[in-house]
Amino acid sequence: MKYVKVLGTGCANCKATVKLIEDVARAKGVAVNLEKVENIADIMAYGVMSTPSVVIDGRVVHAGGVPDRRKVDSWLGNGSS
Amino acid sequence: MLRLTGGANQIVTGLIMFEAFASWIVYDLADMQGTAPGAALHFFVMDVTKILVLLTLVIYVMGLLRAMLSPERVREFIRARSNVSARFMAVGLGAVTPFCSCSSIPLFIGFVEAGIPLGVTLSFLIASPMINEVAIIVLASVIGWQTTAIYVATGLTVAFVGGFVIERFRPERWVEEYVWKIHVGETQRAAPDVSLKGRHEYAASQVREIVGRIWKFVLIGVGVGALIHGYVPQDFVARIAGDGGILSVLGAVAIGVPLYSDAVGIIPIAEVLLGKGVPLGTVLAFMMAVTALSLPEMVILRKVVQWPLLGVFAGYLATAFVIVGLLFNALKGVI
Repeated sequence: MKYVKVLGTGCANCKATVKLIEDVARAKGVAVNLEKVENIADIMAYGVMSTPSVVIDGRVVHAGGVPDRRKVDSWLGNGSS
Repeated sequence: MLRLTGGANQIVTGLIMFEAFASWIVYDLADMQGTAPGAALHFFVMDVTKILVLLTLVIYVMGLLRAMLSPERVREFIRARSNVSARFMAVGLGAVTPFCSCSSIPLFIGFVEAGIPLGVTLSFLIASPMINEVAIIVLASVIGWQTTAIYVATGLTVAFVGGFVIERFRPERWVEEYVWKIHVGETQRAAPDVSLKGRHEYAASQVREIVGRIWKFVLIGVGVGALIHGYVPQDFVARIAGDGGILSVLGAVAIGVPLYSDAVGIIPIAEVLLGKGVPLGTVLAFMMAVTALSLPEMVILRKVVQWPLLGVFAGYLATAFVIVGLLFNALKGVI
């Protein structure tokens, strides 16, 4: 199980990022616990200032903009972890 | 120096290509030479191809070099500086940090939390939408280096002075309470991939992200520019824009403030206005009013500051643009 958080205040790019991760996870059959973090104080607690950002297992892997599909693919791995 | 000139010549040759392409499509294939729709369409084809190609190239190269700064890094740069150098850094970095206005809030909070004075933060927020390296290169290739240099220098000055002026109003009292209480954490970050493949992927994603965000502005800007170019007679423009006096500048700012465009989208309009003989100061005031002041950004910023500060912010900018317009119109003939 991967714990994925998308940080963003609800802008269009943030929604696109959430959807992309959901899609990739479904296509790969990987179980993810996807959480949207929209509270600005909570977002800032991760030390990011550009949104949307992606946090996987407590690590900021991406900041500012919708990530590349292949990148999402590599974050979610092959499902074994 | 020789090499530089050679490079400039190559760029000019490259730009003529777009004009030749538009001539071929509109004049040769569609046989529309000498007509108003032909002139408008020629302008449209030439500028859309030129601006989109340049935009893609510049963003890709910047991405490849990883020359684009993130707001997080800017914050680290500025926070360690003394007051005056922080101001210079904020304005300069604001000009090279492309950021989406949806990031204004975290950026504002991040700067405040780092102890960066409000004036410095506001200077950054003024400079950032008005000037960026991508817009500079496109602007220079469309309206020339000299006018571009004037635009950039004036924009930087407006941003720099803005920090000082707005600080006089003690803006801290208008910052929402909760902003002061937020703590910015430090989370471990994945290191950037600096292999050639990683750089290429990053550059391509930047192109998608930025071109995806601003292509609409480019199309609208070029479309409006093309209509003016093809259909609006020169003496009509001259009558409206007048002699570059106070009314013409006030009008340019009044029209520009409610409109919003990305800095790249305003370029074709500036090109056509200058071509129709509108004085430089009026055009500069209009460009700055359109790019630097935007209602959506105001609404977003309202989440962290109260209306009085937004009023001072907008009031300062509108006044500054009028002064810029009058100044450069008065200098006409000198430069």
